Amino acid sequence: MSEEQINLEAERSRSLEEQFEARIVRDEKIEAKDWMPEKYRKTHIRQMSQHAHSEIVGMLPEGNWITRAPSLRRKVALLAKVQDEAGHGLYLYSACETLGISRDELYEQLHSGKAKYSSIFNYPTVTWADMGAVGWLVDGAAIINQVPLCNTSYGPYARAMVRVCKEESFHQRQGYEIMIKLTNGTPEQKEMAQDALNRWWWPSLMMLGPTDAESIHTEQSMKWKLKRKSNDDLRQQFIDQTVPQAELIGLTIPDPDLKWNEERGSYDFGEIDWEEFWQVVKGHGPCNKERMKARVGAWERGEWVRDAAMAHAEKQQERKEKQAV
Amino acid sequence: MKLKSKKVQLQVRFQFNKKIMATKNWPLWEVFVRSKNGLEHRHFGSLHAADAEMALENARDVYTRRNEGVSIWVVESKNITASNPEHNGEMFEPAQDKVYRHPTFYELPDEVKYM
Repeated sequence: MSEEQINLEAERSRSLEEQFEARIVRDEKIEAKDWMPEKYRKTHIRQMSQHAHSEIVGMLPEGNWITRAPSLRRKVALLAKVQDEAGHGLYLYSACETLGISRDELYEQLHSGKAKYSSIFNYPTVTWADMGAVGWLVDGAAIINQVPLCNTSYGPYARAMVRVCKEESFHQRQGYEIMIKLTNGTPEQKEMAQDALNRWWWPSLMMLGPTDAESIHTEQSMKWKLKRKSNDDLRQQFIDQTVPQAELIGLTIPDPDLKWNEERGSYDFGEIDWEEFWQVVKGHGPCNKERMKARVGAWERGEWVRDAAMAHAEKQQERKEKQAV
Repeated sequence: MKLKSKKVQLQVRFQFNKKIMATKNWPLWEVFVRSKNGLEHRHFGSLHAADAEMALENARDVYTRRNEGVSIWVVESKNITASNPEHNGEMFEPAQDKVYRHPTFYELPDEVKYM
């Protein structure tokens, strides 16, 4: 290529990129086969797959309690919630595949540890009250994260998020209801609820991502509407809406520095232990290994079933073709 | 000696088959759902399944867990032919300058009602 040609090519892609950015500013949706900058595609694959992986791994801490739910009512609700999470993972994987990456590659990235999932799922669910805390806090924080994504610029992602958000609100309510029930119970049950809140509060705050100063993807993601509010704003929103919910059922937020700031119209809160956050992200959380072992194990143990289904489908197809001859 | 080599052969064949099978992934299907009678089927998303029957069953579980549908169509994604957005100009622009296809193009006296 001559220098002139290279310049021409560079100019062409620059102008394509300008047109692309202008479309997003105009709130136009980008669809799968539209031209997009490589970085847009890569960033979306990263975020969407991370989101899908979180839904799939997120089934594990709750799956832990399905067989031990205290009543049939709780059991069907938890089962439905976990099934929803499988569904959400599938919507998101499908949306991600529209960007030209295969499901197998996505799984491979999860299983090899190349792709991340939400760190919160690396904490253990040790008592039934954890089912309450997870639904109330973890799904609560997830909703705050996800609602703005219903308007994100990539069409398939936005459509998947509309479905996810519609289904998610039952998840939070069923969690809060578990907490209400426990706080109205025996002193031991109330203590169990408080203990679950103590353990899940800080990880839930961390779930909304590193502080704005530390967040490397924020600026670009804002431009592409992959993000509408900064991590710190989302975190403040989560705290402001959750503190009154805790007070209402007589639970105490485990933060001695938490207090209402009249001037800001928001709660001030204590220092988050970011060292813990990064340790868990890097794979040193209490359950990172266990989660991956369960996930990879399920995938490997299911291989013969997938192969058998495929072989059966092929055999049926062959039979049909033979009959047609 | 002969027997052993046959065993090895079988083993090799088995490995070979296993490899082929493992790389055969479930194909991708597109899912269309009619929310209620009177409405058209609308694209809801996609999923992987070994065959059409499984695609229907999976679509039921993935896309209609809350009474979202009364009828489902599935079609293997590879059977869909899609227009290319890069050719949107030649594809759709010819319709833009044909204003005479719209009723507002025609002038009517104000006295005429209901037309």
